[in-house]
Amino acid sequence: MTQAVEPHDLADVVELSIPGKAEWVAVARLAISAVASRLKFSIEDIEDVRLAVAEACTDAIQRASGDAQIDISCRSDERALHVRIRRQGTMIKNESPESEDSVGNLGIFLVRALMDEVEYSVHPERGTDLAMVKYVEV
Amino acid sequence: MDIKINVREAPGDAYVVELSGEIDVYTSPKVKEAIGELIDRGVYYLVINLEKVRYIDSTGLGVLIGGLKRVREYGGAVNLVCNNPQIKKIFDITGLVKIFGIFESEDAALKASV
Repeated sequence: MTQAVEPHDLADVVELSIPGKAEWVAVARLAISAVASRLKFSIEDIEDVRLAVAEACTDAIQRASGDAQIDISCRSDERALHVRIRRQGTMIKNESPESEDSVGNLGIFLVRALMDEVEYSVHPERGTDLAMVKYVEV
Repeated sequence: MDIKINVREAPGDAYVVELSGEIDVYTSPKVKEAIGELIDRGVYYLVINLEKVRYIDSTGLGVLIGGLKRVREYGGAVNLVCNNPQIKKIFDITGLVKIFGIFESEDAALKASV
């Protein structure tokens, strides 16, 4: 994790764990929309964050086997929203996460396009870990 | 959260698939099934109406791309109806505006299909 995506020391923290199942992604979307609404984001930015979080959860569900929870951690201050989405488990796909020319990686492509900073890793045994930041425009 | 799918025949050889709700990793398999059933029946001109869709993610886009690939094998087409700026933005970002015909109205999409 680089310094760029480390949250501010005085940030407020919201944490949520959802089952690693498709039907729960909508709950993550609702929750992140509520968190993002507390910052001075435009409606468009809130929509961007909502889609990025949903894509990260979807990626975690599609890549990891088993029934592990998805852990979502949000840290916010007046300048930015930092979100980290992790899911432990053994990977069921062996694709390179940086290869974005397939439909299968369209989700991570969207995350990179919608958020200001993104760090993404997939480990064969440890699962997925995606940290991202959206800055409030001043 | 759910997706409603209304399939209806249109003039010519086209069918309209009208979707309402949210298309995500949970609901997109239902959309895929509906589109797949039409193609299996020999329908290769589809208008997919997204006017009542509030949200679509990459799995939804994947279903639309998959349908387009299949109908193109038979010389067909998939045209979309979309007015929602946030959804249009996703098609812009992903470059899919160059692959799909995207129209403001169902009539325009149908005219382009035949």
